[in-house]
Amino acid sequence: MKVAVASGKGGTGKTMVSASLVSVWRSPVIAMDLDVEEPNLHLFLHPEIKGKRTANMEIPVADESRCSQCGKCAELCQFKAISLMGKIILTYQEMCHGCGGCIAVCPEGALSPGYRELGEILWGRTNYGKFLMGRLRVGEAMSPPLMRQTKIRLTEMTDLNGTDVIIDAPPGVSCPAVNAVMDSDVILLVSEPTPFGLYDMKLAHQAFSQLNKPMAAIINRAGLGTSEMAGYCKSSGLEILAEIPYDRGIAEAYAGGRIIADIDGEFRKLFTGLADKIKSIPEASGRRGVPNG
Amino acid sequence: MGKIAVSCEEPALDSRIDPRFGRAAGFLIVDPDTLEFSYVDNGSSQAMSRGAGIQAAENVFRSGAKIVLTGYVGPKAFQSLSAAGIQIGQNLENMTVRQAIEKFKAGDVDMASSPNRMGHGA
Repeated sequence: MKVAVASGKGGTGKTMVSASLVSVWRSPVIAMDLDVEEPNLHLFLHPEIKGKRTANMEIPVADESRCSQCGKCAELCQFKAISLMGKIILTYQEMCHGCGGCIAVCPEGALSPGYRELGEILWGRTNYGKFLMGRLRVGEAMSPPLMRQTKIRLTEMTDLNGTDVIIDAPPGVSCPAVNAVMDSDVILLVSEPTPFGLYDMKLAHQAFSQLNKPMAAIINRAGLGTSEMAGYCKSSGLEILAEIPYDRGIAEAYAGGRIIADIDGEFRKLFTGLADKIKSIPEASGRRGVPNG
Repeated sequence: MGKIAVSCEEPALDSRIDPRFGRAAGFLIVDPDTLEFSYVDNGSSQAMSRGAGIQAAENVFRSGAKIVLTGYVGPKAFQSLSAAGIQIGQNLENMTVRQAIEKFKAGDVDMASSPNRMGHGA
């Protein structure tokens, strides 16, 4: 089972929940940080990094001497990564999404594959099992290609039969967030009962509903703000699997890089109960292979 | 003298300059000697999430203009225009197309050697 820990609003507790779930999971589990723009799960799970590799994306390199200025490449590219100005062919590598279309349509062989570094993929072990993360290069804007390569590394690391995966997803509802949850079996929406939290939770719920996967809510900072969150979950059939109190002890432990389930018996019970509930959710039988957002 | 592309809000000589090159509503392609002009719509660039400057530069290039008069030009648009040998007069705003042409003809517009705006995608 792949469990994606997502949210609409950022800062609602995805990483806190992910780290605690991994620590109480008991059966074999891989912790995977797919919030590649700002990965932070490692700050709580303290993995020993055993390996890493650079993730690259294919971009076109132009040989002007072979170009016949037919313009097919520039016409094809939807992102203006390649542009023909008279006899001069210009490539803007940071605009390229790596589809390879320009190279494929060039009748003169004037375009060949080069590479742009997206970031790195790191893996290792924690006290609770295997660990995997992607980290986007500073200055890089496109995270989905790196996320896809991180997912490929996951399949190399383990036979996913009998091993669960807990995915710390990026916030929001745009391409990176959809990419993180799209091939999970269960989506958990971590939210907080504030107007902003509720608003973004609704957006995430609407966006991810189209994936036809089981979804459930976790309310963090429960007791803060409004009760509308519980009302929304009830009216939209979103089960609340756990409520994590608004508590200074949690903030202190989190700021110290500690796992919340380790604070005391009460919190451990809260997360073991949550883990049991997640494991009892029937896996999605819905469609797979939804296109990238 | 070559034709001049001026970023504009409307297709008229007395239209205000649209200060944005990449996301300008359109370009007036003006013959500076006769003030005859044609209009190139740039709405396709306005609709792009990124790459508007590159597309606007392509639109200007296709118009045959050799000089651009506008407000702000980003780095990618600047690179595209420069590659095509198009000269750029920037920091022209709060005036009409006609006034910009007159200023240019009076020799009061310096041709830029670098963009005057940061890119949005960098």
